Amino acid sequence: MKKNRLVLIGNGMAGVKTIEEILKISKEKFEITIIGEEPHPNYNRILLSKVLQGDTTVEDITINDWSWYEENGIRLITNEKVEHICTADQTVTTNAGTVISYDELILATGSQPFILPIAGVDKEGVTTFRDIKDTDEMLKASKTYKKAAVIGGGLLGLEAARGLLNLGMQVSVIHLGKSLMDRQLDATAAELLKEELEKQGMRFLLEKNTTEILGGERVERLCFSDGEELECDLVVMAVGIRPNVELAQSTGLWVNRGIIVSDYLETNIPHIYAVGECVEHNHITYGLVAPLFEQAKILAKKICNVETTPYEGSVTFTQLKVSGVEVFSAGEFIEGDDKKALKVLDEQDGIYKKLVFRNNQLVGAVLFGDSQEGNRLFSLIKKQADISDTAKISILQPIGGDSGENLVASMAADELVCGCNGVSKGAIVQAIHEQGCTTVNQIKGCTSAGRSCGGCKSMVSDLLELTLGDSFDASAQKETMCSCTTLSRDEVVEAIKEKGLMHTREVMNVLNWNTSDGCSKCRPALNYYLGMVYPTEYEDENESRYVNERLHANIQKDGSFGVVPRMYGGVTSPDQLRKIADVAEKYNAKLLKVTGGQRIDIFGIEKEDLPKVWEELDMPSGYAYGKTLRTVKTCVGESFCRFGTQDSIGLGIALEKRLERVGTPHKFKMGVSACPRNCAESGIKDFGIVGVDGAWEMYVGGNGGTHLRSADLLGKVSTAEEVIEYASAYFQYYRETGIYMERTSKWLERIGFENIKVVIDDPKQRRELNERLNVALTVHDEPWKKIINSPKLRNELFEKVEVH
Amino acid sequence: MERIAERIKVLQVEDIAKDFGKTLRIGELEIALFRLKNGEFYAIENRCPHKGGVLVEGMVSGQYVFCPMHDWKIDVTDGKVQEPDHGCVKTYDVEVNGNDVFILLK
Repeated sequence: MKKNRLVLIGNGMAGVKTIEEILKISKEKFEITIIGEEPHPNYNRILLSKVLQGDTTVEDITINDWSWYEENGIRLITNEKVEHICTADQTVTTNAGTVISYDELILATGSQPFILPIAGVDKEGVTTFRDIKDTDEMLKASKTYKKAAVIGGGLLGLEAARGLLNLGMQVSVIHLGKSLMDRQLDATAAELLKEELEKQGMRFLLEKNTTEILGGERVERLCFSDGEELECDLVVMAVGIRPNVELAQSTGLWVNRGIIVSDYLETNIPHIYAVGECVEHNHITYGLVAPLFEQAKILAKKICNVETTPYEGSVTFTQLKVSGVEVFSAGEFIEGDDKKALKVLDEQDGIYKKLVFRNNQLVGAVLFGDSQEGNRLFSLIKKQADISDTAKISILQPIGGDSGENLVASMAADELVCGCNGVSKGAIVQAIHEQGCTTVNQIKGCTSAGRSCGGCKSMVSDLLELTLGDSFDASAQKETMCSCTTLSRDEVVEAIKEKGLMHTREVMNVLNWNTSDGCSKCRPALNYYLGMVYPTEYEDENESRYVNERLHANIQKDGSFGVVPRMYGGVTSPDQLRKIADVAEKYNAKLLKVTGGQRIDIFGIEKEDLPKVWEELDMPSGYAYGKTLRTVKTCVGESFCRFGTQDSIGLGIALEKRLERVGTPHKFKMGVSACPRNCAESGIKDFGIVGVDGAWEMYVGGNGGTHLRSADLLGKVSTAEEVIEYASAYFQYYRETGIYMERTSKWLERIGFENIKVVIDDPKQRRELNERLNVALTVHDEPWKKIINSPKLRNELFEKVEVH
Repeated sequence: MERIAERIKVLQVEDIAKDFGKTLRIGELEIALFRLKNGEFYAIENRCPHKGGVLVEGMVSGQYVFCPMHDWKIDVTDGKVQEPDHGCVKTYDVEVNGNDVFILLK
């Protein structure tokens, strides 16, 4: 099939991002040509101020180096400018005369700095701050000249000013408005910012209208409308940007301030699209990176004919990249009319925080002095979160959230870490777990987090530390599976998957076990892992199971057995009790005991009688011996209890029916209580549930045994169905990552509660875990019935030989 | 000089699956008879020297059985308890003739 020809005009961030997104969808679909005016591969324009400030180099801010274009088979034409688009022939022509045909055309021509319409702008020493060339010019000027004037007290102007200070220049910032960054900050924050920057050595001339640039060949001074003048030998103009629309105009595209596009980034001419700063959508043009990337994703899908949601405009946020100053602003940051603000001003530490609400919705925020909360707030704003339930003050400062590490730990999985590229905490943690990322750069490569403004790098690094911390320690002091091997659980499971090992003996042979037949530690473990990895194909090895699991009863010290029939949710009936009583008498049970898990244990049954006992009970096995779900303990709940708020019995029974029989690394106990009095002791269960009015709280990692541990709150959901979904996902995640014979309380501490929570909270992973569990659940028959119906098993496993 | 007191036919080869054991009760004696993976049969006293655990229910790995009570490891060919524990259990000779398995009591 012939590939469609896709031509991109503009080798900048928005356009190339669109190409990257297209390549993610299909590498085969298009023959791609990119035409760029600048003699560089695509670089991160946002970080130019960091280059100027001396924090990084041009090489470091290159996003796609030359080889990227080569590897992806992209034809890159630099140093040429498209001068003409012929919509009839579907071709573009450059100033060098190159003619390229297209099937689909994307305009990503970006914007250019706005130049004040005043005299003297063409003098030497007057520059804008837009590209590498400008940056170089400023660097060069700083070596010879001393006095810099920056026109424009917005984001870019201040970043340029800070850079020039770093280069040893005296810097004055001239601003038309009353306060700095007036498109992003309110008066209070702007004043704090001004004070801070003055401390750093910047001078400010506010409410000044520049009317002329004077000098000889080179700039010597600025004149203002009030008659004052300012001496300077470098002028940086940073008064805003203007979309590049000339080409679009001459092609006949509809243009207003920018190129007018639909919700799918289409222009008015078929097969021509536009994206990025050159675009006007719904009367808005954007100059920040995050919206451009949102557009890029949608356009990529559109062009590839993949279903996509329409672009509905972007909520934007700003973070000033000036060292020593933390400023963050997002959404509708000015209160008034129906918007009410919540403010904290700490003059001692120079910290200011303002949240703007419309009713209970957070619609905007300004932070000064401490912007760590920025991304979290931004995601709340984007989600249009209703925060009536949360104490508003805790949004400003979550408890224990003052250090960076705690901050990332306390973030929810879907909260954005990288606001520019829309990368959530969950996605990063997933990259760490599934793609083995161990450095900020690898995370950047896998997820794009930190690729744009770089403001989130410290959070990514904290997240790495938080996520890898435990497993690093574990691998440093590697725990081998048993003395038969030098390999750890993870290495063995990895090899099982990679090499497709299907039998315990195969594992031992291939992985060079130092014993010929393994031992009582590794054999049950291998049997478990093989069954977990290949739920439907692996044939369980009964001989690799402990006696209790092999005989489906609990061996006692005298060699007799205890029998515990299943009573779902701890609920029984007169009929069941009658049968239990009859069996106990007939087979000379030595003890009848109610267990801790709300079941009845019939003690003192001889091995050869077990199948008969089961047959007469005619109840399923209660798995009181299994490394699987043991019991779901329940309280009586709403149907009888005057305090009960929920149907704990119903949920307990449903959970027990859902999860019974399938193997886990160690036993798994559950409890469901219908109110916080917690009669089912849900706080010390592997998975415990507490009903509250209108919701269920889920607790995990509790243990009432050797290592007493109270469970952690995993979350709160409103329906029993959700509880089952979460519990199933948690159960399966434990199955997949637990070490054989490791209880969930230890597992949770080894893996890290927050890391588990991220996985379980993610709807996609939750669904996938449930799906994998469903597969595992298909292969488990009721074991007592299976034995009752098999004379061979009865003989082999239960019959003794008596010789008189 | 040893003398064979009794040669008792106890079961057929296929009555025990490989890597499993079977309890033999001969009068007052309780014996654990094992069929190893390599097909060989061995018999030992069905009582762990540690706390009297029923060895026949233990997991069989090669020529060793692991007591189901506290995981002592015992060599079924000579009855010796393996390190780090110490002790031994009585062993019994086994004879296989065609499909029949015999225990030899001295």
